[in-house]
Amino acid sequence: MAHDGTASHGSTGNTELVRVATSEHRLARYGLIGTALCFVGMFLVLPLAAVFTEAMRNGPGEFLTVLADPETFSAIRLTLIVAGIAVPLNLVFGIAAAWAIAKFEFKGKAFLTTLIDLPFSVSPVISGMVFVLLFGSHSLIGPWLQSHGVQILFAVPGIVLATVFVTFPFVARELIPLMQEQGTSDEEAALSLGASGWQTFWHVTLPNIKWGLLYGVLLCNARAMGEFGAVSVVSGHIRGLTNTMPLQVEILYNEYNFVAAFAVATLLALLALVTLVLKSLLEMKYSAQIAASRRH
Amino acid sequence: MTERTASLWQFRQPSVIPGFGLALGVTLSWLILIILIPLSGLAWRSSALGWTTFWELATDQRTINALRISFGTAFLAALVNVVFGVILAWVLVRYRFPGKRIIDAMVDLPFALPTAVAGIALTTLYAPNGWIGSLLTPLGIKVAFTPLGIVFALVFVGLPFVVRTVQPIMEEIDKEVEEAAATLGANRFQTISRVLLPGLAPAVLTGFALAFARGVGEYGSVIFIAGNLPYVSEIAPLLIVIRLEEFNYPAATAIAAVMLVISFAMLLIINTIQAWSRRRYGYGA
Repeated sequence: MAHDGTASHGSTGNTELVRVATSEHRLARYGLIGTALCFVGMFLVLPLAAVFTEAMRNGPGEFLTVLADPETFSAIRLTLIVAGIAVPLNLVFGIAAAWAIAKFEFKGKAFLTTLIDLPFSVSPVISGMVFVLLFGSHSLIGPWLQSHGVQILFAVPGIVLATVFVTFPFVARELIPLMQEQGTSDEEAALSLGASGWQTFWHVTLPNIKWGLLYGVLLCNARAMGEFGAVSVVSGHIRGLTNTMPLQVEILYNEYNFVAAFAVATLLALLALVTLVLKSLLEMKYSAQIAASRRH
Repeated sequence: MTERTASLWQFRQPSVIPGFGLALGVTLSWLILIILIPLSGLAWRSSALGWTTFWELATDQRTINALRISFGTAFLAALVNVVFGVILAWVLVRYRFPGKRIIDAMVDLPFALPTAVAGIALTTLYAPNGWIGSLLTPLGIKVAFTPLGIVFALVFVGLPFVVRTVQPIMEEIDKEVEEAAATLGANRFQTISRVLLPGLAPAVLTGFALAFARGVGEYGSVIFIAGNLPYVSEIAPLLIVIRLEEFNYPAATAIAAVMLVISFAMLLIINTIQAWSRRRYGYGA
């Protein structure tokens, strides 16, 4: 019936038949799109909207007062300092790890890659706790450091260490698949033309990986600035001293100071939005140079 | 026979690329300093407890309940994410609709939004007087301050893992496979359920494992919405924090060790299943 009818119309009929046979009924399509949109609305769009609405609940005046508070200011400063140390450290590590793993063949490579991913499967709370065990007053080196006036826990070094632990794999994870895909022929060409190792890295490898690198740094930074569990365990929550922005959000929220909590939260939400926009731009413009990393 | 071929065991294959020693040296020292020494400290502390003490601490009723809640809610949330994550990935790969690009970018929000912010936002939304909570309360559904709230927070946290592992594999599906199935007389539902979905199984499993592992350890987004009632809605990471604040390091160590062991065991099992299903079905994922 309809089968033969459509087929006999020739090529246009065939394409139509194929299209019908390999796509869903319109109702099913609308149903699926509707389900997906509801889900995204409930779990992603509305929570984000709630942050901004709650912060503005008592008007922009109060919002700005909160942001001008010295405690907020010191939380922002600490967050920037911590990310400013942790991200470059993991950037250098990420490049070194990707260079070793992607450009060479050696025994135990798969195991090394697994070890690098380890922090992803450790709870943030445990990530902070390991440093409490290592540097706490019951540990071996804790009392010794204490007697030499070095404060690690409940101070900035502890927060930095916990953040480095948590964000450890980000850059390496983006770079390894990308550099593996690019292979070593560009570098070999440069070396055979007489370039030194560093020249090859700066003028050949780095330009090849720069967008993937930026992509990794972006994600690493978002996590470094937003980390909560690990930092919460090592920080000691000293107001104005060891509170990062996420910890400040928690303290204000637990004091039922909701407008203030959400006001600080808007800054973090804006950071997330900027991260997402930059990330999408990178994916759109330089998809070929980060494509490998999206497929892990 | 030259000396080079004489050595059977070779640590690395020869290459003209320089910098292996430096790169591997930096990688290993950083890895050992930041990750391995701290983690082995935890292993050492828990072994120093002695088996009897360890067992006593690990089988404390409050600890068992906390572990059960953490693993149970993470499992449920990962299941929800598998269902809706696959639908979302399908919609994003196959259909065209207004705002698609924005939705695609939004999927990564849980990666970028700090967990504490997500936690207070979800709590406000699903509290009995919140935008969604006030709609659910008349139906007798309480989300915030119950174990259900934990599941909701973990769904948020785990969502991108499933979508982002399934999406690229879906994009690679060869249209001809579907055409062949249709030619052979399969209807659309059969094509999807018998031909397409089995091929996605390895990717779906990976997404499930990642979302589950993340959910088990999650802290920031959960503690605000959970209500944190001991034995009922208290997650294991929170109990660790409570024990640390009491300076009860042995108890905290025991809970952490149990969590890590179970997580690694589950990842191992899932990896094995995954390798099997990849051999059985995979699209070369």
